[in-house]
Amino acid sequence: MSEYNWLTIQEARALLARREVSSVELTRAALERIEAVEDSVRSFITLTPDLAMAQAEAADRMLADGNAFPLTGIPVQVKDVMCTEGVRTTCASRMLADYVPVYNATAVERLLRQGAVMLGKGNMDEFAMGSSCENSAFHPTRNPWDAARVPGGSSGGAAASVAAGEAVYALGSDTGGSVRQPAALCGVTGLKPSYGLVSRYGLVAYASSLDQIGPIGRSVADCALTLSAIAGHDPRDATSLPLKSPGYSLPGAGADNGDLRGLRLGVPQEYFAEGLEDGVRQAVEQALATLEALGASVREVSLPSTKYALACYYIIAPSECSANLARYDGVKYGYSYDGYSYDEKAAAGMWDAMEQTRRHGFGPEVTRRIMLGTFALSAGYYDAYYLKAQQARTLIRQDFAAVFETVDALVTPTSPVVAFPIGEKTGDPVQMYLIDVCTLPVNIAGLPGLSVPCGFVSGDSHPPLPVGMQLIGPHLSEQTLLRIGHAYEQATEWHKQRPPL
Amino acid sequence: MEYETVIGLEVHVQLQTQSKMFCACRADYQSAPVNSRVCPVCLGLPGALPVINARAVEYTIMTGLALNCSIPRLTKFDRKNYPYPDLMKGYQISQYDLPIAVDGRLEIGDGGEGRVIGVRRVHLEEDVAKMQHFPDGRGGNGGYSLVDVNRSGVPLMEVVSEPDMRSAEEARAYLMTLHSLLQYLGVSTGNMQDGSFRCDANISLRPAGSDEFGTRTEIKNMNSFRSVFQALNFEVGRQRRVLEDGGRVVQETRGWLEGRAVTVSQRSKEEAHDYRYFPEPDLPPLDIAPDWVEQIRGRLPELAPERCARFCRDYGLPLYDARLLTASKAMADYYERAAGMHPAAGTARESHAKQVSNWMLSDLARLLNLENRDIADSPVSPEHLVELIGLVDAGTVSVTLGKTVLEEVYASGAAPRRIVEERGYTQISDTAAVEPSVREALDANPRAVADYLGGKDSAAKFLVGQVMKLTRGQAKPDLVNQLVTGALERRKNEGNGAADSANQSKGAGAD
Repeated sequence: MSEYNWLTIQEARALLARREVSSVELTRAALERIEAVEDSVRSFITLTPDLAMAQAEAADRMLADGNAFPLTGIPVQVKDVMCTEGVRTTCASRMLADYVPVYNATAVERLLRQGAVMLGKGNMDEFAMGSSCENSAFHPTRNPWDAARVPGGSSGGAAASVAAGEAVYALGSDTGGSVRQPAALCGVTGLKPSYGLVSRYGLVAYASSLDQIGPIGRSVADCALTLSAIAGHDPRDATSLPLKSPGYSLPGAGADNGDLRGLRLGVPQEYFAEGLEDGVRQAVEQALATLEALGASVREVSLPSTKYALACYYIIAPSECSANLARYDGVKYGYSYDGYSYDEKAAAGMWDAMEQTRRHGFGPEVTRRIMLGTFALSAGYYDAYYLKAQQARTLIRQDFAAVFETVDALVTPTSPVVAFPIGEKTGDPVQMYLIDVCTLPVNIAGLPGLSVPCGFVSGDSHPPLPVGMQLIGPHLSEQTLLRIGHAYEQATEWHKQRPPL
Repeated sequence: MEYETVIGLEVHVQLQTQSKMFCACRADYQSAPVNSRVCPVCLGLPGALPVINARAVEYTIMTGLALNCSIPRLTKFDRKNYPYPDLMKGYQISQYDLPIAVDGRLEIGDGGEGRVIGVRRVHLEEDVAKMQHFPDGRGGNGGYSLVDVNRSGVPLMEVVSEPDMRSAEEARAYLMTLHSLLQYLGVSTGNMQDGSFRCDANISLRPAGSDEFGTRTEIKNMNSFRSVFQALNFEVGRQRRVLEDGGRVVQETRGWLEGRAVTVSQRSKEEAHDYRYFPEPDLPPLDIAPDWVEQIRGRLPELAPERCARFCRDYGLPLYDARLLTASKAMADYYERAAGMHPAAGTARESHAKQVSNWMLSDLARLLNLENRDIADSPVSPEHLVELIGLVDAGTVSVTLGKTVLEEVYASGAAPRRIVEERGYTQISDTAAVEPSVREALDANPRAVADYLGGKDSAAKFLVGQVMKLTRGQAKPDLVNQLVTGALERRKNEGNGAADSANQSKGAGAD
C-alpha cells in the first residue's frame, strides 16, 4: 500500500503540478492496490490496466506541456452503466456481458478530454436496479469496512473502490439514491446533481426522468471538481439544461471556510421515522449540532407527501424501464439465447428466441421491474398507476418548493440503515426498496443531493460502519450544498477514516 | 337494405428533411448502401438519446396550417411500445394525446363539386427499419430475415382524417388532393412506390340514414391510388355481403393482396397490441410559440386553389383547364415554365397560353398516361413544347403532323425543329409544288370530279384528302383546299362553254 492510494483529487493534483509524482506512478500505485485488495472487494467488473497506463503516459505529457486540467492524470473508476468506446460496458447484466460500445458517454468523454486515467468499469446492480450491488450478474461487491456486508447500490463498485483506496474517485449514477446510498454505506462522499445538469448521453437508461450521473470521492471538494468537469449542456441530450458548467470551487484546507452563519437548514420529520436505526439517527443529530455550531440555524420542517415517494418511484421507474430495456431482444447486439437443440432451433422461430433471450438475459430484479412497469402502463391501469404516480410526483415537488421558501437546504439521513449483511434482504424486495426511502424523493423532484460521512455505528456483531448525512437543496443549488458539506467536512474527521482492509 | 360506406384514412408521409427525426444521420436513405445511414441513436444502441429535428416539426406545422388545422401551444412526444426487430428501441417515438396539429379540413374537388373532409390530427413520429424476409433459409433453419436500419428514424408525419368519406372514389380523391398538397408544400416526395406516402384505411358500412358507425376493419398494404380504390371497393362489397347474409363484420386488420385483388384477415381485435403509450421522458414537451407558427404561415407557398385562380386570371385560362393544370404541383410548374416563355415567332401571345394548356392536357397527357409517367419526368421539355407550338403556328407543320412530331420528341428527346427537318416534315406552301399532286388526284378520280361537277360539293373534300395523302401530309391544308377548288371550278367552266374556251385558247394561240 502506498500513501498515493489515499490521496484526494486536490492532493494528487497538487503533487502532479509540482512534479512530485507522475500520473504513471499514481496509476501504478492504484493498479497495485487493486491487485492487493480487489479479491476481497471486487468493486470492478472490467479492469483496463493497459489503457490506464497509456492514459497515464499521455497525462504526464499534458502535465509536462503545461496543458493540465484539474483531473489530468488522476485514476478514476467508471460505473459500468456508462458507455466507454472500445471497453465493454455490461450494466452488470448477462444481457450485455460482451457488449462493446462504439462511443463514449458525454460525461466519460469530458473526463477523458481532461486527461483522466480510467482504471476500469465499476460493479453495480444489474442495469442500476438495486440497493446492495447483489443484483450484479457477475459477482457482489463487498463493503471495505466489513467484507460480510454490502457496499450499497446500485453504484456499489464506485463507492467501494474509493473507500478501499483503489480509485481516487469514481463516476456513479443515481436514479433513486444509487450514488448517495453506497457513498453513505462505504463512508465516502457522493453527489447526485440536479436533473439535467449532467448529460445522460451514453448513460444506459434505467429510468430516464430520474437518472443522473454523479461523482463519488473522498472529499466534498473532489466531488466539486468532478462535477465541474462533467456538468454543462450537451446538445445530444434534450433534457440537459442550457447552462455552461459554472465551475464549482471550494476554499482549500485551512482557510476560514467553516462559517455557515445565516444559513437556514430544515430537518424534515418524515425522514426520521420508523425504520431509522438508532445509530444513524444519533450520528445525524450530532451532525446537526455541528452544523449549528458552525453558525447555521436549524428548524424542523415537514414534507407531508414523502409518504407517497416510494410508491410513486416504484411506478415511474419501472414504467420507464419497461420501455428502456425493450431493446434488449438478442436480435441486434448483446446476449442472444443459445440453449436450443438443433431441432428446437428450427421450430422455435423469432418470437420464442426473443422471449428466451429476455428470460435468460435479465436477472430476477430487472425482470420484476420490467413486469411492474409493463403492468402499470397497460390499458385500463394507466390512470390508476402511472397517472396517479405523476400526480404524486407533482405533490412531492410542490412540498420541496414550499419548504425551500423557508430554508436553504434540508438535512436528512442518507440511508436509514448502515451496511447490512450480504444476503440479508435479497429475499424481500420491499425491505430492499425501503432502504432508499430518504433518497428517492430527491430524484422524483429532480433536486441535488449530497451525502457526506457523518459518523460510525459500532456494534458487538460488526466493526464500526459508516453513516452518511444527506443534504438536499433546491434545483441547481449544488454550490450551496457543496459549501455546507465542505464546511462540515472541515470541522470533522469522518471522511478521513480508512477501512481496516 | 341500403348501406352507407364510412371511410377514414391514416396517411403516413416521410418528410424530406436533411437529417433524420432524432439524429444527424442523413434522411435520404433510399439510394444509400444498406446500413450506411446509421448512428447510435437510430440504431437504438444503449445510452443513445433522441434530439428533435426542428425542421420536421416545422414541416408538420406547415402541413397543419395548409390543412386549416389549429396548432396548439403545447405538444409532446410519447413512446409507443411494441416489440419487433425493425423497431430498434422496442418502442417508437410518436405522439399520442397532444399532436402538433388538430381539427383541420381538406376540400376535395370531385367533378367541380367540393366536399370537405375533416382532418382530425397531424402528428410526427419516426419510421422503422426495413426488413427483408427470406423464407427459404440457408443452413436448414427455415428462413431468415435481414434488417436495413437506414430507414429507422426517418421523420414520418401521420395525417389522420375524420371518418368523413362515403365512397372509395372520395377516399381516392382525398388521397390525391392530400398528396398534391404535400408536394405543393415541398415537405415530401410523396412517392408511393418507395413508401414515402403510405395509406391505411378504416372502413365500415351502416344502414343508410343511421347515425351510428358500423364495425370497422382496417385495411393495410395499399401501395397506389389505384390499389386504395380497388381495396376499398372490394371491402365495401365484402362487408355488404357479410351484412346481407345476416352476419356481423369482425373488427380486424386486413391486408390488401394486390395480385389476388382481395383483402385478407391479418389480425383480430383480440390480437391487437396494447401500445402502453406514455410521455417520452427523453424529450421535454415543446412549447410552440405563436410567433413561430405565424412565421411559418407567412412562408406557406401558393397552394392549388390560389394557383388555379391565378392561372385563370393571368393566363386567361378557362376554369376547367386551370383546375386540371394545378391538380399537381409538377404539372402547374411545367405549365408556368412553358406558358411563361416568349412565344415562338408567329404565335400570338394571347393564344400561346391556351395552346400550351391544350397540348399539355390532350396529347402530352395521353403520352404520359400511357407510360404512367409523371410530368416531372416528361421527356418533352417545356422548351420543346413551346418550340413545337411555334412550328405549328407558323404553318411549318400542320396540327396533325405536329402530333406526330410530339410523339417523336417524346420518344427521342430531340428538339422538334430537328425532327421536322430530318424527317422532311416541312409543310409545303409553294403552289407550284402542290399543283402536280392536285392534277394527279383529279385525273385519278374522274368520278369524284364528275360528282363535283354534277353539283355534289362534298366530293371536293375527298379530293383534298387525296392530295394530302399524295403530299404525305406536308401540304398546307388551306392551300390544297384553294387549289383543288380552283381546279374543279375551272373544269366546271370548261364544261359549260367549251367553245368559248376553245376560242380563248385559239385566240391565245393566235397571238
